[in-house]
Amino acid sequence: MQTTSKKGNAFTNNPIVRAIGLQRIVVVLAVILEAVLFSILSPAFRQYATVVSILDYSYYISFMAIGVTFCLISGGNDLSVGTGMICYALAGGYLVQQCGWPVWAGMLVTIAIGLCFGVLNGAMVAIMNLPPFIATLCTMLITRGLGSIITGGMAVSWPSRKGVGGWFRSLFKIIGTGNGLPKGTIIPVGFAIVLLSIVIMSVVLNKSKVGRYIIAIGSNKEAARLSGVNVVKYQMMAYIISGFFAGLAGIAYAATFSSSVAPGTGAGLELDAIGGAIIGGTSMTGGSGSIIGTLLGVFVMSLLKTGLPYVGLQANWQQIITGIVLIVAIYIDVLKNKRTA
Amino acid sequence: MGEVILTMKGIDKSFPGVHALDHVDLEVRKGEVHALMGENGAGKSTLMKVLTGIYTKDSGTITYEGREVEFHNPREAQEAGIVIVHQELNMMNHLTVAQNIFIGREFMKGKLIDDARMNEEARKLFDQLGIDINPAEKMGNLTVGKQQMCEIAKAISHEAKVIIFDEPSAALTEAEIEELFKIIRDLRAKQLGIVYISHRMDEIKVITDRVTVMRDGGYVGTLITEQCTKDDIINMMVGRVIYEDPKTHSMVAPDAPVVLKVEHLNAGKMVRDVSFELRKGEILGFSGLMGAGRTETARALFGADPKESGDIYINGTRVDIRSPEDAVRNGIGYLSEDRKRYGIVVGKTVAENSTMASLKDFLSGLFINKKKENEVTQKYVDRLQTKTPGIDQLVVNLSGGNQQKVVIAKWLVKNCDILIFDEPTRGIDVGAKSEIYHLMNELAAEGKSIIMISSEMTEILRMSDRIVVMCEGRKTAEIDIAEATQENIMHAATLR
Ligand SMILES: Nc1ncnc2c1ncn2[C@@H]1O[C@H](COP(=O)(O)OP(=O)(O)OP(=O)(O)O)[C@@H](O)[C@H]1O
Ligand SMILES: [Mg+2]
Repeated sequence: MQTTSKKGNAFTNNPIVRAIGLQRIVVVLAVILEAVLFSILSPAFRQYATVVSILDYSYYISFMAIGVTFCLISGGNDLSVGTGMICYALAGGYLVQQCGWPVWAGMLVTIAIGLCFGVLNGAMVAIMNLPPFIATLCTMLITRGLGSIITGGMAVSWPSRKGVGGWFRSLFKIIGTGNGLPKGTIIPVGFAIVLLSIVIMSVVLNKSKVGRYIIAIGSNKEAARLSGVNVVKYQMMAYIISGFFAGLAGIAYAATFSSSVAPGTGAGLELDAIGGAIIGGTSMTGGSGSIIGTLLGVFVMSLLKTGLPYVGLQANWQQIITGIVLIVAIYIDVLKNKRTA
Repeated sequence: MGEVILTMKGIDKSFPGVHALDHVDLEVRKGEVHALMGENGAGKSTLMKVLTGIYTKDSGTITYEGREVEFHNPREAQEAGIVIVHQELNMMNHLTVAQNIFIGREFMKGKLIDDARMNEEARKLFDQLGIDINPAEKMGNLTVGKQQMCEIAKAISHEAKVIIFDEPSAALTEAEIEELFKIIRDLRAKQLGIVYISHRMDEIKVITDRVTVMRDGGYVGTLITEQCTKDDIINMMVGRVIYEDPKTHSMVAPDAPVVLKVEHLNAGKMVRDVSFELRKGEILGFSGLMGAGRTETARALFGADPKESGDIYINGTRVDIRSPEDAVRNGIGYLSEDRKRYGIVVGKTVAENSTMASLKDFLSGLFINKKKENEVTQKYVDRLQTKTPGIDQLVVNLSGGNQQKVVIAKWLVKNCDILIFDEPTRGIDVGAKSEIYHLMNELAAEGKSIIMISSEMTEILRMSDRIVVMCEGRKTAEIDIAEATQENIMHAATLR
């Protein structure tokens, strides 16, 4: 009964399959399947431009999702990343646009505010013992309101590509101007930043004390406490990491979504991130998850978002399909937990 | 026995409504195994939690290695060399065995955790202890007994000077207990001070040097194990004499009707073609080693796990039990061996737990009739002598044994005709144990039928009218109590 690892058939017991993880293989197949399906159904989808827009969309979701993964593994959740990300980008952009701060300073502020809200979320969950779902739901409201207040309800434009400080857009996407690179060529360098973050945070999760203790807390908080782990500190760390990455997501959002950042938006985006994490195999009940899985899950989500319009399914259908995909992912998680319980 | 390493003097501790420790003394010497005994709720676990910094004491002094100390959290105690193996398992199932053992003090290579080294160290530790567990296995994949051994290995790996075992043997098989005793003897030879909490009298006589007895939060006395008898200890614990009366013949009337008949039950690997009958007023013992499939049989019968095939007849009619709800409707109650997981809701009160299975009977219109609920709960608290400051106490605050009594109360309130007791006295003290035995006999005399799963041979021989022995998912013998001996049961339990 207890030795579940001995179960399974020849395929699931295959050493290669076990090393990579069945879930990850399924998710990779899902990504490929989606891509193939959309390509067959829509000629317009089969373009480099589509790849670029999928990537543009994936950057900020990936960052949010990396952070949220830590919260989920710790046994919590962070619903504030979506509106938070917009709020931080608004604040940073406001300083650049209205107060003439240099772009790098605006970026630092964006991340700094993200960190502050991470500390706030962490304190509410770890010190005040509020339920994570409720605590971060409240910060979701707060950041949404705060974003509007900071800018006086106006949308904020971070510098355009050609304007002063427009270089920051090239951090995520280089567009050729004719000298050196052929005019109009697009290199999605943001993907490199995402990959780098994935590698670093995978190491943090699996090889550092912070990651180890976050897993321990998510698995059995009381046991971690009795083993002498400072559970308050490390539970807070999960939310601080999430806040940091929400800040990074804000910058990515401002850089890749060309026009402007509007207050009042962002609600619902956290579901893309949380959904990505869960599709990628992170457990809703804490204790297990992987960063690479999260990246794959994000691609399932962003392929859906970008691809569905090509096959004629507009926003409303997208939401319905996203909802269904999430139900399936969470159900798989529930089944997994039942097996190991 | 060497010099004194630890002295606790006049320790006092109160929780709201409970005076858990009332000026308790304890002295531990180097190179001794010191038993700490007392009935459920006597305060043994609490005393050890005060020592290791999990609770703060209200008054009293702790002297350790000649200095007065006060630990504020388990880590401080660990660092000073005092570690505890808790009564409840404290494992992180998602981490590997080695990661669990070294949690909080990982081996590092620069900023990164050195898992390879941790596996290696864990393996060394297991080799030294003679345990066969793969350090890289996920903790959640191990059996409860193996998990307990890991917990013990973890405590030992701390280079401790004092180790506390709080009922370590409750989840272990006979063979594992032997391993544990070997380990404890080694530790004693290395001049460690060991505190050993257990309700099993036989173990106390075998492994301990001295015994300190507590009763109702107070200190009763300390004896040298060799110089006292079992009865001396029991008398000190309960303040009265308890008689043991093993059964010699079946108490069931020869013409008692068959109330439950199970035919060719199959459910997974652990239940293969199991058939048996249960008669009115009978106590049917289920014996076997750990993992023999007894609990699985009970769970399949109760509808908690899916069945593959097999028929169940109650009072002669075939019934279809697909869920616990069906089982309860057919008058079957199940007391789980793992009360934490299935038996009780720890965050609810004694009253709420007691009436949980039969809430329907406590409704006046749409609402719960609190008065009736309280009356009935109080009746069973009295009958079972559950130690609780009140029926509004949260179950989480009761001691292990008293939690078990609440589970029993739940099914008694439900008034089931067939009761499955799965390890009913695990972690229960002698006094409460004999109360529960008495109660089971009473229930049987009232005409209720009982299936009792037990890993304790003495319990099987004392309580059963008939004994079913299982081994690796199959029924290997059915023995009438008149013919049953330790030998023929053990023989059947190890047939394969
Ligand atoms: N956190 C708590 N809050 C309130 N009461 C508590 C708490 N912990 C323990 N108690 C009470 O203190 C008393 C002693 O409990 P303790 O767990 O020390 O008993 P024990 O001797 O270990 O019993 P057992 O053999 O059943 O494990 C019990 O009456 C229990 O209900
Ligand atoms: Mg106890």
